Amino acid sequence: MNVSLIVVVVVITALVFDFTNGFHDTANAMATSIATGALRPKVAVAIAGCLNLVGAFLSVQVAKTISGGLVDETLITPVVIFAGLVGAIMWNLMTWLVGLPSSSSHALFGGLIGATWVAGGADAIHVNTVVNKVILPAVLSPVVAALIAVTVTYLAFRVISRARPGVVSRGFKLSQTVSASMVALAHGTNDAQKTMGVITLTLITAGMVPVGSAPPFWVVMAAGLAIGLGTYAGGWRIIRTLGKRVSDIRPVQGFSAETTSAAVILTSTHLGLPLSTTQVCTGSIFGAAAGRRLASVHWGTAGRIVLAWSFTLPAAGVVGAAASWLAATGTVGVIVVGMSALAAAAGIYGVSRRTPVTAANVNDVPRRPAADLDLVA
Amino acid sequence: MHIDWTSLVTVAVVAAAAALSVVLLVAFAIVGLSARSGLPVDGPDGGDASGTRPGVGTAIAVLCLLAAGLIVCYGLYLIIT
Repeated sequence: MNVSLIVVVVVITALVFDFTNGFHDTANAMATSIATGALRPKVAVAIAGCLNLVGAFLSVQVAKTISGGLVDETLITPVVIFAGLVGAIMWNLMTWLVGLPSSSSHALFGGLIGATWVAGGADAIHVNTVVNKVILPAVLSPVVAALIAVTVTYLAFRVISRARPGVVSRGFKLSQTVSASMVALAHGTNDAQKTMGVITLTLITAGMVPVGSAPPFWVVMAAGLAIGLGTYAGGWRIIRTLGKRVSDIRPVQGFSAETTSAAVILTSTHLGLPLSTTQVCTGSIFGAAAGRRLASVHWGTAGRIVLAWSFTLPAAGVVGAAASWLAATGTVGVIVVGMSALAAAAGIYGVSRRTPVTAANVNDVPRRPAADLDLVA
Repeated sequence: MHIDWTSLVTVAVVAAAAALSVVLLVAFAIVGLSARSGLPVDGPDGGDASGTRPGVGTAIAVLCLLAAGLIVCYGLYLIIT
């Protein structure tokens, strides 16, 4: 396939991934604010979308990490990156369908690693960098976020114990609009950069920009717009899981969770560590829920989420590897991969319409299982 | 294999300090605001249950919110520059 054409295909696919990243991760910033009523659902996603775009322009540290570290740029091609993106998009759509907040970042890394492995062999992957900048932060960040959030929430409840409930509720709801906005900004700085990094990596492998280059302006703008639009689309299924399926979140808990998430993500972004915003935010929400009362947390939901996390890297890797193998056969292979991905995406969307979750029913509380109702009766 | 523990520990410590400071400052501000919101819950002299007078409560709230705002702005300044 013509080099310019495949670069265009990869850029479009990367922006589609960025869009799925946006609606997959809207919950990170806005789930608790929507659940506590601090913000109306449509207003929340509009604010998050705008701040994602702004955040994309604040830093390029993470983008540099991705385009200059995880895999050997001299051994991979734009076709490989295309295959990796397909793996990541498929995993994002599958987890969105079942309402699980899995990491878009790990889906991206998994897809790229799987595709690169098939195309360039194991030597094309910088294992040391992958462990240092992906796997270790992935394991540690949700735990650290949860520990910070549980401490912060516990202390916050102690401080406000003698304040008027009405003032506490109003005060923290107002504060949540600020903290949620900070998370949305942090999400823009962190996640939009991952797409910028991928597009820059593609341009480097195609010889269009020198090795070690920062993302060009048009890449920053396009990535910011794609993630902003995706966020505005609203991933209502995952918002419902994090807002209503983890615990009965109160405004003080939402504020603590969001502040913790913003602090962790912005600090890591400043140091160039590409953390998973989803894992940090989910860890913070569970921590904040446990900070009020350990028993109020729905640990079954936590188990399902952790299970999805453990499958993210390998599952996206397998799809990326298969797509890479097929796409490497030539132009027909690339077309087959693209059409298969489109068909799968349409199928997933079709299934999602059978039980739609929208801004209107996102705050519906889960029905108790039949067994519980029998016991009550 | 070299693991960059320094960066990881830095993220944890800085994030913990920032989150703890901001949330507690806002919590103290809300306690302060609670003192100026009219009738007492069970406290004396128009104050809240902790006995804080409305004027003092307002001053505490303003100072705490200013401090929280400064921390957030400083964090943003570091990211942007």
